[in-house]
Amino acid sequence: MLLETFLQDLLNALQWGSFYALIALGYTMVYGVLLLINFAHGDIFMVGAYIGFFIASLLLGRYAWISPGLPSALIFGLTVMATMIITSGVGVALERVAYRPLRRKGASRLYVVITALMCGLILENGNLAIFGASRRSFPQLLSNTAYTIGGVTFTNVKVLVILTTVIIFVLLETLVRRTRIGMAMRAISYDRMAVPLMGIPLDTVIVFTFVLGSSLAALAGVLFATAYPVLDPYMGALVGWKAFIAAVLGGIGEIRGAIAGGFLLGFVEIFVAAFFPSTLRDLIAFSILLLFLSIKPTGIFGVARVTKI
Amino acid sequence: MLEVSDLHVKYGNIEALHGISFSVNKGEIVALLGANGAGKSTALMSIMRLPPPEGPRVSSGSIKLDGLSLLPIPAHILVSRHGIGLVPEGRHIFGNLTVFENLKLATFSRNDREQMQRDFERVFALFPRLADRRSQRGDLLSGGEQQMLAIGRALMSGVRFVLLDEPSMGLSPLLMTVLFRALKELNESGTTFLVVEQNARIALKYSHRAYVLEAGKIVLEGQSQALSQNPEIQKAYLG
Repeated sequence: MLLETFLQDLLNALQWGSFYALIALGYTMVYGVLLLINFAHGDIFMVGAYIGFFIASLLLGRYAWISPGLPSALIFGLTVMATMIITSGVGVALERVAYRPLRRKGASRLYVVITALMCGLILENGNLAIFGASRRSFPQLLSNTAYTIGGVTFTNVKVLVILTTVIIFVLLETLVRRTRIGMAMRAISYDRMAVPLMGIPLDTVIVFTFVLGSSLAALAGVLFATAYPVLDPYMGALVGWKAFIAAVLGGIGEIRGAIAGGFLLGFVEIFVAAFFPSTLRDLIAFSILLLFLSIKPTGIFGVARVTKI
Repeated sequence: MLEVSDLHVKYGNIEALHGISFSVNKGEIVALLGANGAGKSTALMSIMRLPPPEGPRVSSGSIKLDGLSLLPIPAHILVSRHGIGLVPEGRHIFGNLTVFENLKLATFSRNDREQMQRDFERVFALFPRLADRRSQRGDLLSGGEQQMLAIGRALMSGVRFVLLDEPSMGLSPLLMTVLFRALKELNESGTTFLVVEQNARIALKYSHRAYVLEAGKIVLEGQSQALSQNPEIQKAYLG
């Protein structure tokens, strides 16, 4: 019985860890390229969930003019893809409108971070203004099947979330290690000045990074909404903060760090909740993480970087 | 090939170059000599400008490549479309990438796979040390190896005209010779070089022509061999 509970908690931890990890990847990649903490990223996750909601509703024929009658698994696939594409457009627009002008003028990092915070608030309140404060429920696209093996119950959605995260991790690592655009992303974080000398347009690499980060946030948004189908304009705030913490825990700027940090945060939260009253969950979880960071301030994979003079 | 005329360059309000003119012909090695602060690097940085706010600002004059003004063209386009590369002072190797990755990254804008493969082989033949260390991180290389890698990257980017900023800096006399011999070899197979150097002796030995800069102005120019016999040069730079 104890083992079963443990396995059950483990699965939950992996699922929550997956959500944090997928969002943390966006924080960590943008930081790696621009040394910018993109505080609007949590709200990109929220925007992704909403865009997913509208696309799914459209494909389901809730808006009378179109009703293709597609099978719901196909609708889910189409929703994920379309949402990732559209949301990455939002991320790129953010970079173009808010961050690029500041970069051109050589603004100090503080101003860029404040801009990011404001962009997040604008996204939240823009959503509030356009769609209202009422919560929306995400349509159920995947028939929620629960399986029980040896007393451990898990749903297909849970498995999908965890597998997706693992696949994304492998794909991203390959991209960053093997392809020229991935190498360019790593090179920028080390020496931005030398990158154009390799014939590489800086802006292209930066835009590519925002496309990756935002589409992963969108993926997380749709998966999250599939598992917990309630949307509200502030849903990205707390999850976004936690994902940011996960990115730092793992060592910001490192892809495997975002994954490890996400899972670590998931584990600590779920297992704290398993032993203590759930109202104490975040208090205890973050105290543990605070302790962890005070022992290893660079995060799991982070290296203390020697600043070159 | 490259034609710079009456170039005035400013950093903020301070003028660093007071109207210099020089040219580089296809197939040459041309040296820009001068003491620290004479404006040699500024001249290079004006040809290949990096995104603001780092770079110097050209206030008047012209820089032309085969008649085309380079002033409005950003650095990455100069590399990818106009075949001009810069090996910056201090090498600027990507220390978190391996030797091979540094070289591969430089092919970013290229798609000619077969020629790229030949260029890899050419770089490794020219600098066998790089072949030995191909999977080592850039920041673990010695200064000489980093300089080789920096030149290798310029070759991999497919450029035919390379601006070199202080290639001999921090190298032993032996390594300097190795490096300049490699430049000579590349030059003979068709690459043009504009080299900024404080070490006039080695630069005059390996270049065809040279210009001497002093306080933002060109004070002497001529064939390198003739310049190395010039008593003024001998006194000031070869002493």
